[in-house]
Amino acid sequence: MAQTDARLRVRKEGGITFVEFVDRNILDEANIQQIGEEIASLIDAETSPKLLISFANVDHLSSAALGTLITIHNKMKAKKGQLRLANIDPQIYEVFVITKLNKLFEIHDTMDQAMGSFR
Amino acid sequence: MSRRGSQRADEREVRLVNDPKAVRQAQEELLEAVSRHHYPEAAAFAIRLAFEEAVCNALRHGHRDIPEEPIDLKWSVGPGRVTITVEDQGPGFKPGDIPDPTSPERIELPHGRGLMLMRAYMTDVRYNNRGNRVVMIYEKKD
Repeated sequence: MAQTDARLRVRKEGGITFVEFVDRNILDEANIQQIGEEIASLIDAETSPKLLISFANVDHLSSAALGTLITIHNKMKAKKGQLRLANIDPQIYEVFVITKLNKLFEIHDTMDQAMGSFR
Repeated sequence: MSRRGSQRADEREVRLVNDPKAVRQAQEELLEAVSRHHYPEAAAFAIRLAFEEAVCNALRHGHRDIPEEPIDLKWSVGPGRVTITVEDQGPGFKPGDIPDPTSPERIELPHGRGLMLMRAYMTDVRYNNRGNRVVMIYEKKD
């Protein structure tokens, strides 16, 4: 079942929660805190969460957004959940590489590859 | 703001309050000037990111104790160079005191990457002695 939020598009299928951003500028400073809270709620709702975040509509990323992603990662780790990121534009991926966060997050080129990686 | 001829720089000075709409508008004006001077997309990405980091640092950290005070933003976009100056009224800081956010003990902390990204994406980033003013330069690559 898909539900449309002002900032996130969320659907659940096969035990995996899929999250997509609906606005290209969604990860700017003004929105990122609320996005973090919304994703945290999704994690809280599951016992062993499996979360796949698509960056298909993202063309900008700040350190604040990275911070929110790290908080999400830490929350998932505490719940022994699984987090995957996918569809990251090369320019955005470079931000992860510069900050070495490409080593912290499990990042896949496509959604199919990410889905296949869940245990 | 001067707009006559593509060889003349676009310049702007503004006092920026801690308001998301004002910050976004200031960012859009800068990026419009970058576009008018035909900088490639990668440059616009870099400039946008560095602008956001510097402004957020000034408002969030520099003005932590004076949140109602505006910061001073000045930028110049010319055919080969973009210069952005952000100055806050706070006590300043020592950039050298910022620890490496990529270290194993800090990689899972949510803060501390702004300065690193500014330096990674801009040609030059310099703070004054007090640490409350940063000048960032982006040189267009051939």
